[in-house]
Amino acid sequence: MIQLFINYYETVAVIIFSIGFTTMLLNRNLIKKIIGFNFMDCAIYLFLACKGYVEGRKAPIIIDGVQSMEAYINPVPSGLVLTGIVVSVSVTAFLLALTIRLYYRYHTLDIEEIIVLSKKEED
Amino acid sequence: MNLVQNFPFLSIILTLSGGVVCSVLKGSNARKYCYFVLTSVLVGSLLTMAYVLSTGESYVYMMGHFPAPWGNEIRVGVLETIMASLFSGIMLLSLMGGMHHIFEDTEDTKSNLYFTLVSLLSASLLALVYTNDLFTGYVFVEINTIASCALVMIRYRSGKALVATVRYLFMSLLGSGLFLIGITILYDITGHLLMENIAQSVSVLFQTGTYAFPLSVVVVLFSMGLAIKSACFPFHTWLPGAHGNATVSSSSILSGLVLKGYIFLLIKIFYRVIGMNIIFHERATNVLFIFGVFAMIIGSIKAIQEKDLKRMLAYSSVAQIGYIFLGIGLGTEAGIAAACLHIIVHAITKPMLFTACGGFMDVSGGSKKFSDIQGAGLRDKLSGIAFIVGAMSMIGIPFFAGFISKVYLTTAAIEYSSIKTVVALAALAISTLLNACYYIPAMLVLFTHPKTEKVHTHPRSKEMSLSLYIFIGLNFLMGCFSQPIVNAVIQGIAMFR
Repeated sequence: MIQLFINYYETVAVIIFSIGFTTMLLNRNLIKKIIGFNFMDCAIYLFLACKGYVEGRKAPIIIDGVQSMEAYINPVPSGLVLTGIVVSVSVTAFLLALTIRLYYRYHTLDIEEIIVLSKKEED
Repeated sequence: MNLVQNFPFLSIILTLSGGVVCSVLKGSNARKYCYFVLTSVLVGSLLTMAYVLSTGESYVYMMGHFPAPWGNEIRVGVLETIMASLFSGIMLLSLMGGMHHIFEDTEDTKSNLYFTLVSLLSASLLALVYTNDLFTGYVFVEINTIASCALVMIRYRSGKALVATVRYLFMSLLGSGLFLIGITILYDITGHLLMENIAQSVSVLFQTGTYAFPLSVVVVLFSMGLAIKSACFPFHTWLPGAHGNATVSSSSILSGLVLKGYIFLLIKIFYRVIGMNIIFHERATNVLFIFGVFAMIIGSIKAIQEKDLKRMLAYSSVAQIGYIFLGIGLGTEAGIAAACLHIIVHAITKPMLFTACGGFMDVSGGSKKFSDIQGAGLRDKLSGIAFIVGAMSMIGIPFFAGFISKVYLTTAAIEYSSIKTVVALAALAISTLLNACYYIPAMLVLFTHPKTEKVHTHPRSKEMSLSLYIFIGLNFLMGCFSQPIVNAVIQGIAMFR
C-alpha cells in the first residue's frame, strides 16, 4: 500500500488512464469521448516520462562536456513520449474531422442519437 | 549480404512512399501506381520467401547503423514472408475486384486518396508483420487504425458508414491504448524494446519470480488490446457496421487483412516476446479459447438472423476470427499452425465473397438486402460461382480451402487431449452446421428466379472478372495442394523460437 504513495506519479497516471478509458467507453458526447482519449494517452506519457526520470540527474544533452552516464536520465522514454504524442495528435485530428462531419449532418454530438438518426435516414 | 535480404525493408519503404506519391496523382494514375507498388511488393515478398525457405533460417535486418540493443530491426522468417505475400496479393485482388465501386463511392476529385490509404495500410501491415521492435509495432498499429477507419469513412454519402467509422475508431483506440500501456509496463520491467532482448529479460524475471504481477498485467493488456482490435468476441460489436457499410474493396481488405495483421502481431508477441510457457502459466490461452468458442457460435447465430448480405458476411467474419482464436487458445504448436492456416484461408475466401457481393449489388440496383438480390447469381454468373466456391470453403467442404484449416484445427484439438478437446470439437461441429444454415439459404436466394426481372445496371469490368478467377483458382489450389503451404507454416512457427 505504501508503494502507491512512494510511486505517486505512477498512481496518478493509472488513475488518469482509468478516467480517460471509462470516459471514452461510456460517455455519449463525442467531444467528451475525444477528451477522454487524450486523457488516456497523456496518462501513458506521464507514466513513461516518470519511469525514465532518475532523481537528481539532468536531461541527456551534453553541455559542459560531462560524458558520464550517471549524470543523465534515460532518454528512451522521452523519445517514446514524443513519438506517442505525434500519433495521438494525428488521431485526435482525424476524430475531430469526423465529428465535424457528423455534426453537420445530424446537428447533434450525442452518439446514440446519431446512430438512431442514421438508421432512420437510410430506411 | 544478399540482395534479396533487402526486399522486406524496401517493400515497407515503397508502400510508405506510395502513400505520399498517390496523394498528388490523379485518381487513375494513383490506381496504376498503387497496382505497381503492390505487385512489386508481392514479387519481392515471394522472392524473400524462396530465399528464406532455401536457407532454412530467419535473419535480422538492421535499420540504420546501430547494433542490437539500441537500433531498430526487422526480422524475416518463413511465416513473415508468407504473411507479407498473402497481404500484398490479397490487397491487390481486393482492389481489382471493387475498383469501379471505389470511383463511384468516393468524391470525384478525391478518389486518389483511396489509394493513398491503401498504400499506407499495406505499409503498416507489412511493418506489423516484419517488425522486431515493440514500439515500432505500436506506431504501425496506429497507422493501421487510422488508414482502415478512413477506408470505411471514404464512402462519404452514407451516414451509416460515418457512424460505423466513429464506433470502429473509438473501439480501436481503446485497444491501442491498452496495447501501449502494456508496452510501457513491459519496458519498465525489462528495459528493452527489441523482441529478443525483452524475451531474455522476461524469462529471467519469470524464473526468479520478480515482477510476477506486472508480467500478468502485461499479458492481459496485450491480449485484450489486440483482441479488441481484431474483433474477437465480445469486442466484435463495431465490426458488422464497419464491414457492412464500407465500399466493396474496403470490406474485403478490412475483413481479409486488417484483422489478421493484429492477430499475427499477437501470435508474434506470444512466441517471441513473452514466451509460450509464460502465456500458459498466466492462462491467457484459456481466456482466448473461451472467447473463440463463443465467437464461433454467436457470430454464426447473428449471421443467420441478418437480412443484409454484406452484414451477414461481416458476422461470418466474427465467427471465423473465433476459429483463429480457438487455434491460438489451444496454445500448442499444432494449434497455432492451424490458426495461421485459417488466417490464410479466411484471407483468400472472405475478400472473394465480398467481391462477389459487389457484383450482386451491380445487378440489383446497388442494394445488398436479401429481398432485392434475389436471382442475382443468375444475372451475374461469375460472381455467383465465386460466391458458391466461397460459401463451400467457409462451410468446410473438401477440395475447398476452408476444409484444410478445419482439418488441422480438429487434429490440433484432438492432440491436446483435455477438456478443451471436447469443447473445441463440439464448437467446430456446431459452428460448421450453423455456417451451412446461413450460406445455403443465401445461395438459394441468389439462384432462384425473381418475380420481376431487374435491369443489368453495370457490366462487369475485366479487372473484377480477373480478380474473381484468381480468387477461385487460389481457393482450389489451397484446397487441393495445401501440403507445401502447411509445411512452410510449420517451419515458420519453428523459426519463431
